[in-house]
Amino acid sequence: MSAQGAEGSALRAVPEVVAEKLTIAQAVRNAMLQEMERDEKVLVLGEDVGVDGGVFRATDGLVERFGTDRVLDTPLAESSIIGMSVGLAATGFRPVAEIQFMGFVYPAINQLFAHAARMRNRTRGRLACPMVVRMPYGGGIHPPEHHSESYETLFLNTPGFKVVVPSNPYDAKGLLAAAIRDEDPVLFMEPKRIYRAFREAVPAEPYTLPIGKAAIAREGNDVTLIAWGAMVRLCLDAAEVLSRDGVSTEVVDLRTLNPLDRHGLIESVAKTGRAVVVHEAPRTAGFGAEIVAQINEHALLQLEAPVLRVTGFDTVFPLAKLERYYLPSRERIVKAVREVLSF
Amino acid sequence: MQTDQKNGGTESLPRSRVYEAVTERLEILDTEGLVDDALMPEIDPGRIRDLYRDMVLMRAFDDKALKLQRQGRMGTWPPIKGQEAVQAGVALAMGDSDWLIPAFREHGVMVLRGVPLHLIYAYWAGDERGSSFPEGVRCFPVAVPVGSQWQHGAGVGLSLKLSGDDAVAVTFGGDGSTSEGDFHEGLNCAAVFDARTVFVIQNNQWAISVPLHQQTKAETLAQKAHAYGVPGIQVDGNDVFAVFVAADEAIRRARRGDGPSLIEAVTYRLGDHTTADDASRYRGEAEVKKWEGRDPILRLRRYLERVGLWDEDQETALLEEARTWVDGQVAKLEEMPPQEPAEIFNSMYAEVPPHLAEQREALADEVRS
Repeated sequence: MSAQGAEGSALRAVPEVVAEKLTIAQAVRNAMLQEMERDEKVLVLGEDVGVDGGVFRATDGLVERFGTDRVLDTPLAESSIIGMSVGLAATGFRPVAEIQFMGFVYPAINQLFAHAARMRNRTRGRLACPMVVRMPYGGGIHPPEHHSESYETLFLNTPGFKVVVPSNPYDAKGLLAAAIRDEDPVLFMEPKRIYRAFREAVPAEPYTLPIGKAAIAREGNDVTLIAWGAMVRLCLDAAEVLSRDGVSTEVVDLRTLNPLDRHGLIESVAKTGRAVVVHEAPRTAGFGAEIVAQINEHALLQLEAPVLRVTGFDTVFPLAKLERYYLPSRERIVKAVREVLSF
Repeated sequence: MQTDQKNGGTESLPRSRVYEAVTERLEILDTEGLVDDALMPEIDPGRIRDLYRDMVLMRAFDDKALKLQRQGRMGTWPPIKGQEAVQAGVALAMGDSDWLIPAFREHGVMVLRGVPLHLIYAYWAGDERGSSFPEGVRCFPVAVPVGSQWQHGAGVGLSLKLSGDDAVAVTFGGDGSTSEGDFHEGLNCAAVFDARTVFVIQNNQWAISVPLHQQTKAETLAQKAHAYGVPGIQVDGNDVFAVFVAADEAIRRARRGDGPSLIEAVTYRLGDHTTADDASRYRGEAEVKKWEGRDPILRLRRYLERVGLWDEDQETALLEEARTWVDGQVAKLEEMPPQEPAEIFNSMYAEVPPHLAEQREALADEVRS
C-alpha cells in the first residue's frame, strides 16, 4: 500500500490514459458494461435493472445493449435473486445480482449465508459461486425507512464472502471489474450517498484493482483515520479542517473489508501511533471493533493513545429528520482526532 | 355507462370466472401389483427389472446406514425407506446430462445419477469430501436448509435455458418445504423465466412431527402449481410407473423449452425423520402399518412376479448383490484417509487469503504440539 504504487493509488494517481469524468454510479455501470462485453457469461439480474436501468441508473442502457437474456428483470423476490444466482453461478455463469437497497437484503440472507458463501467449501471446490451482489448502502439521502442501512458486519462475520466498498469512481470501476472476475462471491457495497456527488477521471479502458488492498487516500504523520465507502470523503474533509491547525492526518481507505489489508492498516497506524475508525454502522460489534482489536494485537506498543471510534449509534437508523444526528459527521471526526492527539 | 339503476351503477360489470383449474392424480400400479394397461408406459422388461433392483439397493444401503449409525460409524442419517419409487421413477426419466438438485432425503436418486454411495455415506458421517462428486456428475450437494434448493433448481433451469444446453434441472423437496417462501418464489421465478426445471415434491406426510394437514389447508400440494401458471400433477409416489410417467412428461416439456412443472409424489416416510428422531412420539403404529402395506418395493415385486419377470432365485441373488455392493461401499468409506485439519481452510476461497493462512498455521502448530 503506497500513494505512489500503481495498484494502491486509488484517489490521486489515475493512470495517464484516455479518461472521462464519471460519477460512482456511472463508473459502476461502465464496469458492468465492459465486463459483459469481455465475457458473455456475465449476466446482470435484479429488480428494475432492465428497461428502468436500475433505480440509481447503474444498469442504464445495458438491456438495450445486451438483451433480456443477459439483463434480467426478476420478480420482486430477493431470496430468488440470490438463490437463482447460486444456480447460475454454480453452472458456469457469472451473475451480477443487484439488491436494490441493502436494507432489503434480509430475505436473501438464507441464500447468501447458507449457500453462496458455502458452496465452494461444501463441495471442496467442485462447485463454486463466482457472483457479485451489488448493494447500494448507507445513509444521507433522506429516504423512507429501510433505505439507509449499512449491514457490512453481518457479512463480515460470515466466512465465504469477499466484501468490497469503493469510495470513488476510479476504485468503483476497477474493484467491480475485479469482483466480477473473482472466483468467489463478492458483496459489492455501493455508497449511494455519493453515487453522484462528484465526478472523477476514470480511464475508458477496462482495468481491475486488487481486492484485499487498502489505499492511502491522504498521507499524514500525526494520526490515522480508517474508513471505507462514503465515510472516506468525510474523513478527507476532517483531515482538511485539521490541517489548518497543523495536524497531519493520514486517511486509510480500506476498500476491501474482507479480506482486510491488515498489513496496510497496521503500517499506517504504526507510523502515526494514533487512530480513529469511522463507520456508519452501529458501534457495538461493528467492524470498527474488529479493527481496534487487530491494531491492539499487532501495533499496541506503537500506540500513543487508545484507538477511538466514530460510528452510528446502537439504534435503528432514524428516518430522514433525525438522520444527520445519527451519521458520523466531520465535526465528530475532528473531535475524536483531537481527543486521541491530546491523550 | 348506464346510470338509471337503483344505485346509479351499471349491469355491464358482472362477476365472472377468470380462471378455473383441475388437478389430476395419476396411479398405474396398485398395491397388489396390478397395472392399468391403458396407462402403463412402454418400458423394456429389462428396465423394469433394473428399476426393482435400484429400489432394492436403495433400501439396502439405507438400512445399512441406520446400522452404521447405531454402531457409531455414521452421523445423523435421514432415512429414505418407503420413498424409493419416487427416486427410482424420476431417475429413470432423466437424461444423461440433466442436473439433479436434491434436498437431503434424495440419496437414492443421487446414487442413480452417479454419486458414489460411499461419498453420500461420507457426507452424513461428517466429511465434506462427501459432497465433492466426481467430475461430470451433474448433481448439487445436499441442501439442508429446508426449501432453499428450490431456487437453485430455478437458477440451474434458467442457466440451462440461457446457455442453450438442452439438459433439464430436476429439483426435489419435501412436503414441509412447500410452506417455505422459497418454494413459492422458486416456482414463480422458474415459471416467469420458462426455466428448464422440474420440481418434485416428495410428500412423505410428515415434516419431522408436523403432519401435512398442519402444513397446508390445500387438498393437494400439486394444485399450488396453478398459482404460478405451471402444470402440476399428483401421483401415487409409491407407484414407480406413475412417477416415471409424470416425470417423463415434465422433463420432456422442460426440455422442449415449454417451462417448468410441479409433481407431487404422495409417499410415506416409513422411518424416523433422522436417526436423531423418534417418530413414535407423534404418529401411531396403525398409520405406519397401513403404509407398509403400500410399500413401493413390494408392489413392484408383485408386478414382476405376476408377469413372469421375477422369481425367488433372482430375489436371493439380488439381495446378495445388494449386500456385497453396500459392504464394498462401507469399506470404501472407511478406507478414506482422514482429512487434514488444514482442510477446514483450504476450500473457503479459490485462494486462501492471508488471515486464513495465518489461522491455518496456528491450527497446524496446535495439532503438532
